[in-house]
Amino acid sequence: MKTKTKKSFNSNTLLLIITIVLFIVLYAGGCIAYGAKGFTHFQTFLNILITNAGLICVACGMTCVMLTGGIDISVGALIAMDCMMLAVGMSKGIGAVPMVLLVLLVGIVFGVVQGFLVGYLDIQPFIVSMAGMFFCRGMTAVICTDQVSITEKINPMFYSWANAKVIVPFGGYTNNKGKYMAPYVRPGVIVALLVLVAIFIVLRYTKFGRSLYAVGGSAQSAAMMGLNVKLIKMKAYMLSSFLCSIGGICYCLNTMAGSVTQAAGLEMDAISSAVIGGTLLTGGVGNVIGSFFGVLINGTISSIVKTNGKLASSWPNILTAGLLFVFIVIQSLFAALRARQSSR
Amino acid sequence: MKTWNKIKSWPLFLPVLALLLVMAVNIIHDAATGVNPLSFFMISLRNTTTNGTILYGRIIDIINRGSEVAILAIGMTLVVSASAGTDISVGSVMSLCASFMCMMLAGYGVSSTTTLAVPLVIGLLCAMVMGLVCGAFNGTLVAHLSIQPMVATLILYSAARAIGLLLCNDLIVYVRNPSFAFIGAFLGPIPTPIIITAICIIVVSLVLKKTALGMYIQSVGINARASRIAGLNSKLLIFLAYLLCGLFASIAGIVASSRITSADSNNIGLYLEMDAILSVALGGNSLGGGKFNLAGSIVGAYTIQAITTTLYALGVSSIQAPVYKAIIVIIIVVIEAPPFKDFLRKQSAARAAKGVRA
Amino acid sequence: MEENVVLTARGISMTFPGVKALDNVDFTLRKGEIHALMGENGAGKSTLIKCLTGINDFETGEIHIDGIDGPVKNHSTRDAQNVGISTVYQEVNLCPNLSVAENLFIGREPLTKLHTIDRQSYNKRSQKIMDELGISVDVTQNLENYSLAIQQMVAIARAVDMECKVLILDEPTSSLDDEEVEKLFTLMRKLRDNGVGIIFVTHFLEQVYAVCDRITVLRNGSFVGEYPIADLPRVKLVAAMMGKDLDDLAEIKKEQKDFSKEPMEIAAKGLSHAGTVKPFDLDIHKGEVVGIGGLLGSGRSELARCIYGADKAQTGTLEVNGEQVKINQPIDAMNKGMGMLPDDRKAEGIIADLSVRENIILALQAKRGMFRQLSRAQQEEIADRYIDLVQIKTASKETLVKQLSGGNQQKVILARWLATDPDFLILDEPTRGIDIGTKSEIQKLIVKLAGEGKSVLFISSEIEEMLRTCNRMVIMRDGQKVGELDHELSQQSVMKAIAGGES
Repeated sequence: MKTKTKKSFNSNTLLLIITIVLFIVLYAGGCIAYGAKGFTHFQTFLNILITNAGLICVACGMTCVMLTGGIDISVGALIAMDCMMLAVGMSKGIGAVPMVLLVLLVGIVFGVVQGFLVGYLDIQPFIVSMAGMFFCRGMTAVICTDQVSITEKINPMFYSWANAKVIVPFGGYTNNKGKYMAPYVRPGVIVALLVLVAIFIVLRYTKFGRSLYAVGGSAQSAAMMGLNVKLIKMKAYMLSSFLCSIGGICYCLNTMAGSVTQAAGLEMDAISSAVIGGTLLTGGVGNVIGSFFGVLINGTISSIVKTNGKLASSWPNILTAGLLFVFIVIQSLFAALRARQSSR
Repeated sequence: MKTWNKIKSWPLFLPVLALLLVMAVNIIHDAATGVNPLSFFMISLRNTTTNGTILYGRIIDIINRGSEVAILAIGMTLVVSASAGTDISVGSVMSLCASFMCMMLAGYGVSSTTTLAVPLVIGLLCAMVMGLVCGAFNGTLVAHLSIQPMVATLILYSAARAIGLLLCNDLIVYVRNPSFAFIGAFLGPIPTPIIITAICIIVVSLVLKKTALGMYIQSVGINARASRIAGLNSKLLIFLAYLLCGLFASIAGIVASSRITSADSNNIGLYLEMDAILSVALGGNSLGGGKFNLAGSIVGAYTIQAITTTLYALGVSSIQAPVYKAIIVIIIVVIEAPPFKDFLRKQSAARAAKGVRA
Repeated sequence: MEENVVLTARGISMTFPGVKALDNVDFTLRKGEIHALMGENGAGKSTLIKCLTGINDFETGEIHIDGIDGPVKNHSTRDAQNVGISTVYQEVNLCPNLSVAENLFIGREPLTKLHTIDRQSYNKRSQKIMDELGISVDVTQNLENYSLAIQQMVAIARAVDMECKVLILDEPTSSLDDEEVEKLFTLMRKLRDNGVGIIFVTHFLEQVYAVCDRITVLRNGSFVGEYPIADLPRVKLVAAMMGKDLDDLAEIKKEQKDFSKEPMEIAAKGLSHAGTVKPFDLDIHKGEVVGIGGLLGSGRSELARCIYGADKAQTGTLEVNGEQVKINQPIDAMNKGMGMLPDDRKAEGIIADLSVRENIILALQAKRGMFRQLSRAQQEEIADRYIDLVQIKTASKETLVKQLSGGNQQKVILARWLATDPDFLILDEPTRGIDIGTKSEIQKLIVKLAGEGKSVLFISSEIEEMLRTCNRMVIMRDGQKVGELDHELSQQSVMKAIAGGES
């Protein structure tokens, strides 16, 4: 018997390649256009990581949820709530460590509730997470309606975390005054990269990770093969909200403040990062490496817009949405192509 | 028991019950704070320096403020019915249309004006065209590219506000012109938004009554395949629902913008998609598509506004209100969820079985 | 329990609301045999299988399985797997986005010491399983990269590796080509020789005779008989499946008439739809009732859908009333005077949540266009007229159609098409799952319509009723039109043509 493999090109790998190429092109474009403004320095790249440390965590969680065929648009609001909790809690004199633990706990509880509604009650993930989004935004305002800053005086420990520099041993440059500028990242980046590696391993090498793919590939088949689909879905949302809370802490380390409008539209960045990185909206395909590049692309766009200085601040938003649009349409066309192929 | 079941099956049961609850809360609150408990229902005429003699009262205020939600609810009802999904971009589209209109009325880059750069009608038409364009964009993605409705509309949900800001050159554009402000003010003693909403409702009701659109949309929403065999163009109908939703979003945007005589891109229509979806759900329409009841959605919309107004009266600020609405949405969808219904049925069956045994 | 028997079901009965789906059915499966379960639509095959696999709860009867004391009652597919019953369906229940090996092992992956999954070990084991079964695949490749046949075999391999005693194959060959089917058969024979009992459900007679040892036939939810393959030649099998439903319906008068001189209503030349119907020619004259004979899956429905535009034809031309027409979607066909009652009433017929009135006027309204709405009075008049004409039993015309019985729902759809006053009506299984009285009403109606000069294309699983109503019959087999019968219409000749081959 001879093997009969269909010679269908693997559209998923192709999407990932497109994404990486797109990132390189964008970044190279930035270097060429704004080399004079220091875009070519290694630190510029690190700054993208620093700014987007929170987003990396959130995108990892979003990828897990999207693998099951769901979506979670509550993440931006949850981050706002996390930041506000941290800011208000610490200004009330609670220590940094207990507050961080509390935020993580709230994330898990919130995720369990959303996951229960989606997994066990079979409510559309969009409706559930939209309600979750409004709940968190409103809750942020319930905690405090003003902008609350975290200063050194309020919590020196948290302040020191935020300002700690982790020096990168290579890629420095000497500035025009002859001083060596060592490239650095913030602790948040380390956390985000650890999350990235952890989720990569979970998705690739654990039962739970593979079951996320199975549920997204075909929930019915997964159930037939004896997987507990409801529980798996619930865990996915729990993981998403938990990672989102870790992201919220990283985010707070950057902004050092809590405010109601913070992280508005971050859910969009997370979703578009995942989609650009090759995660299918229909579930079952994707990985966090792709999502990581998605975040980098989003970060590069913001960075270019910022370096330019003359472009309106809304451009990153529009470009992100535009990219999402393009990739959704590509996905939809691939899906149609595949359907035609399989129907022969 | 029988009459109770009859009342329960009345299509407007849920929104009216909610409305009564809200009124009760108001009355109790008024009584507790020492105000005349019936002040909620009182309508009076008042003289104002800016608008002359106008109707005044909390009910008038609710109906006036509820105009945008009611207008949005019309479009949302059609979208939910035809495609079993919701259009979450309506709030942002409102903002975009308002920005585009104000930009046209004031001229690009002008941040404040009292004279109109183009006739008002052109401005209004521009807003509506923008609404139609957004609706067509959403409709194409959903109907022709078969993308889940919420994902498709997520694009404009996040981009529309940003585009609006871009059109206004990152400014809040003020159009302090009486002919424009009129739309959000008063016609005689009656607030103009109420009249605009009434016109929208009447036109849509007439269209639904005089054409077969309503039946077509429901038919497609219930069973798209069977509808196709019976000769309906399912894709076109879904597209049309989104197109109309975009149009109504633009009208709501015009009203909202005229109220504050400006295009505040970040605040117009903020959280209103939630209110619109909530109106539809509260109006007894299933978010799973199919049969719709426009009257229910409208009553639902005013109920939502009544809830909002009541929340404000109870001292909840506008940015805190979403918490309560989110909880209401979850309660409604949980009650509607088939697994929950099954659970209840099993419970009552178990109870009945126990009763028999005892 | 009898020697060598691996599964017995005795006296299984089950009712769905209003329908007796299974009535005292017996079934016996022996070790190392391939046992065909045959029957037309609604015979109860899938209901029986669902009872065995725990998806349906049967009401009476017992199932015994070799090696387990006492009757077995499964409540889920997991239960069924635990007692050794595995099922492979037509649509493969695996995850296409995972590798072959993962599909074999998901939910029971071997773990390393670190509690991560041990890819190497299960890849190796998978490769061994597949090699042993003689399926040459790279198990690390994603399942979607392989043909449907391979996917089906992976599903079977999974079932076998979970140590099943009973393997149920529910129409596994429907979407496979001949070569792929042969591979599947090789695998099935191998498993049989290893002592697995296989239940094989298919609509293809050739395949039954190619691979099976024994046949059990069901009809209308009842057990007809169990036969060794050698004792049941094709014609007898077809007869057993279709039954000689000698329901003594009122004799329907049918005048024998030569239609060849009548003007042509429909002339199809070389129409085809990829994967379902091979190119066919078909002429239908005015006032003629043409039946399509053939088993389910023979392409009989697909042929009709192709003419109507429900599935767009990829090749060929269609003439209506001598005029060449282009039909892209149903509304085009409707505007040329066609109507179609589809076979799947729930999925493509009724609009469940709309009222009887709305369901009846829907097609007429669609034909008129959105802006020329029928007034409420007109709607009610039409609804009343057709409720009366086809005798729909409904509380009122505002009753939701989903509250009606199956037969009355079917009449509503029939009324929907009659209201458009079509010249050519396609009726795909209009009498399935409805009571005998209604059946004869519908048959009479067909003859009456033909008398009024309308042409009808009639598809049914029951030869009797087609003999009674049709002037001519087209015979389909395996997606191909294999013959036409006009003067010598008889049970014998039609069955012979349907069964095909040597009998």
